[in-house]
Amino acid sequence: MRPRSRDRRLENAQEAAGNGLLDRRVFMKGGLGALATGAFMAFASTEAGAAGPPEIPAGMKIAGAPLSPYGSPATYEREVTRTLIRSQPGTTGAGASRTPLEALEGIITPSGLHFERHHNGVPAIDPAQHQLLIHGMVARPLVFTVASLLRYPMVSRIHFLECSGNSGAMYQPTPPALTCGQTHGLVSCSEWTGVPLRLLLAEAGVDPRADWILAEGADAAAMSRSVPMRKAMDDAMLALYQNGERLRPENGYPVRLFLPGYEGNMSVKWLRRIKVTDTPTMTKDETSRYTDLQGDGKSLMFTYPMEVKSLITRPAPGLRLTGPGLYELSGIAWSGHGKIRKVEVSADGGQSWAEAALSPPVLAHALTRFRIAWKWNGAPTVLKSRATDDAGHVQPTRDRLIAEHGANVIFHYNAIQAWGIESSGEVKNVYA
Amino acid sequence: MSTREAFALASLIIAVGGCAGTTARETPALGRPATPAEIAGWDISIPPDGRGLPPGAGTSAEGALVYAQKCQACHGERGVGGPNDRLVGGQGTLASKAPVRTVGSYWPYATTVFDYVRRAMPFLQPHSLTDSEVYAVTAYLLSLNGIIREQDVMNAETLPKVKMPNRDNFVPVYPWKPMAP
Repeated sequence: MRPRSRDRRLENAQEAAGNGLLDRRVFMKGGLGALATGAFMAFASTEAGAAGPPEIPAGMKIAGAPLSPYGSPATYEREVTRTLIRSQPGTTGAGASRTPLEALEGIITPSGLHFERHHNGVPAIDPAQHQLLIHGMVARPLVFTVASLLRYPMVSRIHFLECSGNSGAMYQPTPPALTCGQTHGLVSCSEWTGVPLRLLLAEAGVDPRADWILAEGADAAAMSRSVPMRKAMDDAMLALYQNGERLRPENGYPVRLFLPGYEGNMSVKWLRRIKVTDTPTMTKDETSRYTDLQGDGKSLMFTYPMEVKSLITRPAPGLRLTGPGLYELSGIAWSGHGKIRKVEVSADGGQSWAEAALSPPVLAHALTRFRIAWKWNGAPTVLKSRATDDAGHVQPTRDRLIAEHGANVIFHYNAIQAWGIESSGEVKNVYA
Repeated sequence: MSTREAFALASLIIAVGGCAGTTARETPALGRPATPAEIAGWDISIPPDGRGLPPGAGTSAEGALVYAQKCQACHGERGVGGPNDRLVGGQGTLASKAPVRTVGSYWPYATTVFDYVRRAMPFLQPHSLTDSEVYAVTAYLLSLNGIIREQDVMNAETLPKVKMPNRDNFVPVYPWKPMAP
């Protein structure tokens, strides 16, 4: 530990962009363990009153809690929950719940906090009774039990899943006064493990004239989407595990389709049927629902990959700054087109930008964590982040996105997010 | 897993991955053959050309009776004004600041109405309507929207021929153009 040299390093650190953004290497190599950095506070949290030295904390004077069969988050984290849980009138299961992005770090979303979007609730499925049919334009229509699927060779991959309606409130004329997760929390990221779909399609023997599959769920909405055969034969997976354990019911237990990078509703949960077809089936959810109405009245359909996007999650609405000083800005970036190449951050409302450090691993179709040091002088300002993916796509401004597509789209919102920082430390969603 | 087993598994994956569309003897091959009767019971999806539409038929008048009992509480009288999705009207609004997306103004295929009602409606009792009741409700919604006449019968032959007014306003993005390097 050589705190003195680190102090010098920080003092000498060049501003990488205006209004206090420091070179990204300050955090990467120098470390900040001995430096006073600013803290972010959740609205609800209160200052800890821990006993300082030389007192022995109470927990050291009695035996601790017993072992437990399945762990839970700390009692003090009980307010970190899914948020903005809303269902359609008269229903409890036709809606969405959102990931509290501002409360999380790293790239993996705890399974219990993964966002939900159901079209008619979570079905109760006994895996011993569940079967998957593959039929249509195949040589051998086949039925698979869950037990049989568990015997196939599997792959494990870390991928985000984003609802195409994520951030849809940002199309509104005034910025939603919600937390970061309430506005943008229809994105989560997990390690998914399962059987490559192409193995099962090969076993059934696909007719070379078949260009599509239809995937259908065993829920009360019989959720169904057509998927191009090219995707089905590429990286589509029948996911059985999420973050090491079997899928949660709300994520499709016992088996779901997973299509890396594609809009979330296509990764059909509770998968019970795959029909190999020559054309798209034109189900409700690929015609009337998940199509993107443009300003001119036309609608884009089959808009599959989720576009390049990023968010600063610390600080963000739901957290506040606790006074001037040095902070680490932290956020997530992702693209349905591939890997994140770079994330730039601005602390002066977009006048100047500095490149943030990307925390490994940087994976295709996965959340990528970015970080950068920022010395806040206590004055009001606007923070922004702008991601570029390895296909060359750059996040647009909100004005450009709406100029191009209109404000009626509902879906596929990926514009640069601006967070207004007030001198009180409060963080607000702003259009800037 | 021994090194030898791991090698065998890796070879298997490569072999199977490389021969999609042909017999894949190298997989565990645990799928059991599905019988035509099983498939018939399982297959509920209807594409725009109507392949797979079942026997049965219904008219708008018959559909109005089913609608009043099973649909109106959520979707309102004559498809408007209920707590859930509006189903009727909205034509001419899609390019405005307040577009109204309904079966009549937005949906591109009439077959989708049959498919969706049969698989997912009524919301609290899906799969409770007979096929003729589904045809009848479909006829009622198309008739309320002015797309078919009140006396038209909807069945496996007539439904795929119905041309929806917004049909030509959908622009498929897939397959998309190759990305610039």
